[in-house]
Amino acid sequence: MIEARGLTKRFEDFIAVNRLDLDVQEGELLALLGPNGAGKTTTVRMLSAILRPTAGQARVAGYDVIREPDRVRREIGMLTEQPGLYLRMSGLEYLTFYGRLYGIDDARIHARALALFDRFAMQGAAERRLGTYSKGMRQKVGLIRAMLHDPAVLLLDEPTSAMDPHSARLVRNAIAELRRDRRSIILCTHNLNEAELLADRIAIIHQGEIVALDTAAGLKRRLLGDPQMELRLDRPLDGHRAALEALVSVDWVRGDLIRYRTPEPAVNNPRLVQRLTELGLGVVGLYPVSQSLEEVYLRVVNRDEASGLTGKEELAKPGAELARNGKGEM
Amino acid sequence: MASVDPLRSVDLPSRAGRLLPFDAHDLRMALIVTRREVRDSFRDWRIIIPIILLTLFFPLLMNFTAQRLLSFVSDYGAEIIATRLIPFLLLIVGFFPTSFSLVIALETFVGEKERKSLEPLLATPLTNTQLYMGKILASVIPPLFASYLGIGVYLIGLALTLDWYPPPELFVQTVLLTTVQGLLMVAGAVVVSSQTTSTRAANLLASFIIVPMALLIQLEAVVMFWGNYTGLWWLILGLFVATLILVRVGLGVFNREELLGRDIDQIRIGWMWRIFWRRFSGWQTESGYPGPVRWFRQTLALLPALRLPFLFTLLGFAGAVAFGVYLAYRYPFAAPLQAALADVDQVQNLAQLRGLLGRLPLFIFLHNLRVVALAALLGAFTFGVIGFMIFMLPWALISYISVQLAFAGLSVSRFLLATIAPHAIVELPVLLLIAAAALRWQTAFISPAPEQTVSQTWLEAGADFARLLVGLGAPLLLLAALIEAFVTPLVVIALYS
Repeated sequence: MIEARGLTKRFEDFIAVNRLDLDVQEGELLALLGPNGAGKTTTVRMLSAILRPTAGQARVAGYDVIREPDRVRREIGMLTEQPGLYLRMSGLEYLTFYGRLYGIDDARIHARALALFDRFAMQGAAERRLGTYSKGMRQKVGLIRAMLHDPAVLLLDEPTSAMDPHSARLVRNAIAELRRDRRSIILCTHNLNEAELLADRIAIIHQGEIVALDTAAGLKRRLLGDPQMELRLDRPLDGHRAALEALVSVDWVRGDLIRYRTPEPAVNNPRLVQRLTELGLGVVGLYPVSQSLEEVYLRVVNRDEASGLTGKEELAKPGAELARNGKGEM
Repeated sequence: MASVDPLRSVDLPSRAGRLLPFDAHDLRMALIVTRREVRDSFRDWRIIIPIILLTLFFPLLMNFTAQRLLSFVSDYGAEIIATRLIPFLLLIVGFFPTSFSLVIALETFVGEKERKSLEPLLATPLTNTQLYMGKILASVIPPLFASYLGIGVYLIGLALTLDWYPPPELFVQTVLLTTVQGLLMVAGAVVVSSQTTSTRAANLLASFIIVPMALLIQLEAVVMFWGNYTGLWWLILGLFVATLILVRVGLGVFNREELLGRDIDQIRIGWMWRIFWRRFSGWQTESGYPGPVRWFRQTLALLPALRLPFLFTLLGFAGAVAFGVYLAYRYPFAAPLQAALADVDQVQNLAQLRGLLGRLPLFIFLHNLRVVALAALLGAFTFGVIGFMIFMLPWALISYISVQLAFAGLSVSRFLLATIAPHAIVELPVLLLIAAAALRWQTAFISPAPEQTVSQTWLEAGADFARLLVGLGAPLLLLAALIEAFVTPLVVIALYS
């Protein structure tokens, strides 16, 4: 549904996006993570045919962003980082204006707009001037605007920024529903939990290049290693470490507390418990150690900055862990 | 997937083979934008109150002024002042509300950019042309409506109080001038707005529109007090052409790329110099600076790009000659002056200059360079108009003098062959070439190269002009000066002795 190859955008001497490859399938949600100025917004602007790529190509909903920009824009719904509303208009007037630009008749616009207002818990606000809306409500109107013409592709830039937790949850639920509805979505966000919660895959973009791309679990595994478990016994392990290491990779042992890693916890944990029981050791507790996406993100971005290399150069190094393209190979 | 939207099957109209750059679909889409903008403008008290004041109160004030003035000047038998002033006030009454189109245009273009409401609009299926048209109409319609209303109020007042009715020609001219001035300001405002990211910067740049408009109003005042209403038609035509040019520029710069990607809120001298110098010197990343021969070849390779401007300058040259002839017939020398002209002894004139001949080539060369620099500089700020006129002025003068010589019974061919032709063989083509290069530079912003900013295109065309001036123009002007100083006098002596 979204396909980009070698997508590049240069502003005079500055390269904002550099040879970016990307694939988003129908019904897939891809989260774009990256620091400010990494190139996320420029990427979205190119994919929405607002900016013309300097090099490379991209197809969105089957249309070429360079040769068929008008058609691309007809097929997409876009939520910009700032909703940019006309504050002297009412919510309904605003959406009617946008609906007309997509050729939808007023009756359909009204019906759909009011339904979406209800869905986002803004009943009764449609007739009010947008200037009276809170920040979160304005953001929701921006999202309604993007969804109004029922687009097959949605490009969402920070959809839950400035929202209270309740509104953010409503919007996240709506996005999840859109994905279930087989729409392709690109979500630019700084909210790592949101990305982990919603995205099928996550792309970390830095200095205009995708430096890592995989599922959240895949990224964690590749960058933080195998899932880590913590085990508490009824007495110290004393002399049985070798028996454990035959099954899992032990990180450390501190008396009755053990940390280990295993690529397949579901398979290896029962075996480990069985082995410990055979050794006469009682298992008091066994818990997974939390591996945060934040750690993955910071590790990727910081290493990239520390090495002074771009993601693509990093890839050239033997044993590089970083993603090479939209398929998520590492 | 949700149910298929019937919109997806809508075929976008093809633009091939169309006479106008837009069609009914474009207009329909543009009007959606216009309706919203106009409604928004009418909800803004900062716009609506001044418009109401200028529409109703100001015409009544002008009406009162006209009455008082007429009564005052009648006491001194100078009614002509009042009769000329009343039509001018009509123009002013029409102009003032129109001036608001500039405010609305800046607000609707750059204001929207500043409030970040432009990007969602750019993400819709609207084409650049539809958006441009929609916003132009939105900026022009309310002020023009107010302007026509103001004119109506003023005229009704005059009819009731002074029993004065405008001649139909004057009325049509006023309405047309008002309309075209509004369009001109809006078209200019679009160009200004597209280059800035804040209304503050846009307001500062708007002086490039306000100052020429103020000068224009003064010119209109002169024309109206002169009572030359034919002159007003020429003015309308000129403004119409200028509007078309600015609309063309606006269409060029009003695109998503320019609106989101670029701004000139900060003047980057280093960047400007780099662009200019790279183009002028021929420096390239891979090969560095070219040698003198290669540089000269590169300069010669610029000549084909001058075809169209050269054709314009050639037509301008022919027009200047024809204009000189026309002026000579319209304003011939009086008989005593013609007699004095017939008595002029060219050889004796030349003898008086003999002591200066040594310094003459440098004087002529520097004089010509000064004229070229002045014309280029003035042309740069007037879209090439003043520069073009300066280049053409000497040829109009020569043709004027030639016809006067003919009237005095002297040989025109001998005059031209002796005093002009020897150095003009070199000077005329080179001046035409320089004028063409200058014109190309000064109008480069009308059609910026794809993937280039307007300023980049302008700077590069300026560098091309400088290159042609240094590489070809200056050496040939020096040669022409040498011929004028040392060869032309010999020919004068040969033909006039």
